Amino acid sequence: MEDFWAFALWALRIWLYLVISLIMIPAMFGFSLGISETYMTILVKTLEWATLKIQKGYVDEKLEASASNGLIQREDGSMEKELEELRRSRPKPPVGGDFTLSDCFYFTRRGIESILEDEVTQRFTSEELVSWNLLTRSHKDFQYISLKITLVYGLGIFVRYCILAPLRITLACIGLTWLVIGTSAVGLLPNWRMKFWLSELVHVMCYRICARGLSATIHYHNRENKPKKGGICVANHTSPIDVVILCNDGCYAMVGQVHGGLMGVLQRAMVRSCPHVWFERAEMRDRHLVTKRLQDHVNDKTKLPILIFPEGTCVNNTSVMMFKKGSFEIGATIYPVAIKYDPKFGDAFWNSSKYSMVSYLLRMMTSWALVCNVWYLPAMHQQEGEDAVRFANRVKSAIAHQGGLVDLQWDGGLKRAKVKESFKEEQQKQYSSMLRLSGSLSTW
Amino acid sequence: MGFNGTSPLLDQRGELRPEDFGAIRELSMNPIGDRIISAFFSPGKETVDFASFVRILAHFHPTETSRSRDGVQPEPANSRTRKLKFAFQLYDQDRDGKISREELLQVLRTMLEMQVTEEQLQSIAERAIQEADLDQDDAISFDEFRKSLEKVDIDHKMSIRFLS
Repeated sequence: MEDFWAFALWALRIWLYLVISLIMIPAMFGFSLGISETYMTILVKTLEWATLKIQKGYVDEKLEASASNGLIQREDGSMEKELEELRRSRPKPPVGGDFTLSDCFYFTRRGIESILEDEVTQRFTSEELVSWNLLTRSHKDFQYISLKITLVYGLGIFVRYCILAPLRITLACIGLTWLVIGTSAVGLLPNWRMKFWLSELVHVMCYRICARGLSATIHYHNRENKPKKGGICVANHTSPIDVVILCNDGCYAMVGQVHGGLMGVLQRAMVRSCPHVWFERAEMRDRHLVTKRLQDHVNDKTKLPILIFPEGTCVNNTSVMMFKKGSFEIGATIYPVAIKYDPKFGDAFWNSSKYSMVSYLLRMMTSWALVCNVWYLPAMHQQEGEDAVRFANRVKSAIAHQGGLVDLQWDGGLKRAKVKESFKEEQQKQYSSMLRLSGSLSTW
Repeated sequence: MGFNGTSPLLDQRGELRPEDFGAIRELSMNPIGDRIISAFFSPGKETVDFASFVRILAHFHPTETSRSRDGVQPEPANSRTRKLKFAFQLYDQDRDGKISREELLQVLRTMLEMQVTEEQLQSIAERAIQEADLDQDDAISFDEFRKSLEKVDIDHKMSIRFLS
């Protein structure tokens, strides 16, 4: 027994040294030994081979890539246009219109279209894949194809759960521990210029280790547009990992609620080395307070750019939902960033009603990898006479356009909340304007 | 058909209840959303199974004009008459074959709610009945309904095309 434990301990130590030297140190200093690149090449080749085999197996059915474009053809006419067409056969009165029994056809058809394919609800579940990527979790309708595929799939499970996952968990733990220790240590130093430089170094190193802990391959585009101090960085939100992705390439000040537990420890440690903006829960309700604190931070040109996700909630990376206008009222320079994950290698969306944070992270660590593209867009300013909502929409369109995402007007808050009555009232109001109503103006 | 893949509503029970439809956000914004939901449920029943669900949706399949009507085949679900019948039943909630004045008022109320006064509603309903009611029984029967809408392009307006 003794020998067994001694051996186990020795093996563990060797493994740890290997991990540290081959993965952690290169990660910290930003160069690569080529291990992850080799892994990714093998992975891509395997998935391509699997896709071809699966497609051959589906020889009868059409496997089109139009899955994400929608199921049904939607008429794009407005309510006015459609109702006018329905009433075409009747004489048209000078003002408004006459109620006809066929008016309800328009609403009925819209209702049935919503039942078949609802623009909003589908954004809160994971994207459907065109072709299976050999992960159990994306295994919806795919059937048995051949023995080879099943073998590769089984091998994949073994590799992911027994080799990659422990590796990644180790790296993540090392990364987070180092983050806490490093930032606290830097926090003890007095305010020299060295302190800022060291704090940035510590932050970036730790985030790089965490990124390796997720086998993340990130491609940054247009780095000349990177956010600068005194600005606000705005991005679309898919999961908490977005933070790791962005911070791999620069330092940002975070904004958020103070949490307890592990998150709280991280937050307190981070704030020791450089200023972040953490709010107490009660303070979040007071919008003026929030705006003021953000403004103070932004006006201090030595402080890092603030990172904000204006959607307010995680969306499944096929679309961008309404941006809350709070961050756009501050009057600072906005640096938009678009983040797009490649769903082939793993689904990055955090469905917080389905998975807790811990099970989400475990799922991330047992995916193939995390591949994403980050585009830095040119800075935007609020123009003369433009109100915050229009400005927010403008930024949102730019991000959606760059990332190839659908630009939606719906509020991400609909994930949890029921639809407000006011939306229904809007529709009713619009309809009532199409009717000639008796009142003081006209008589029957 | 993509029903099973797209309907996030159908759960393991294989049946839908009215609350399941309530989860569709776009439908909640529709002024007659509740009526459309109740069209899926037969009177008195609280659940609808998949087959019935599909049968109701089949009303909205585009009409194929090339198919010859030789009168021998049973009338398809998406014929013009059946589409009209579906719309008729949105108004005629008690299924007595006639849209009474009260039923018409109810529909108008849900479509307009706070935007009009009760008098305005009454006068709209009055006018609509006067126009369509040919036999002067103060209600609109299915034939009167059909006659009043004979010029409307129902096939186009009450059809939904699936892509590919």
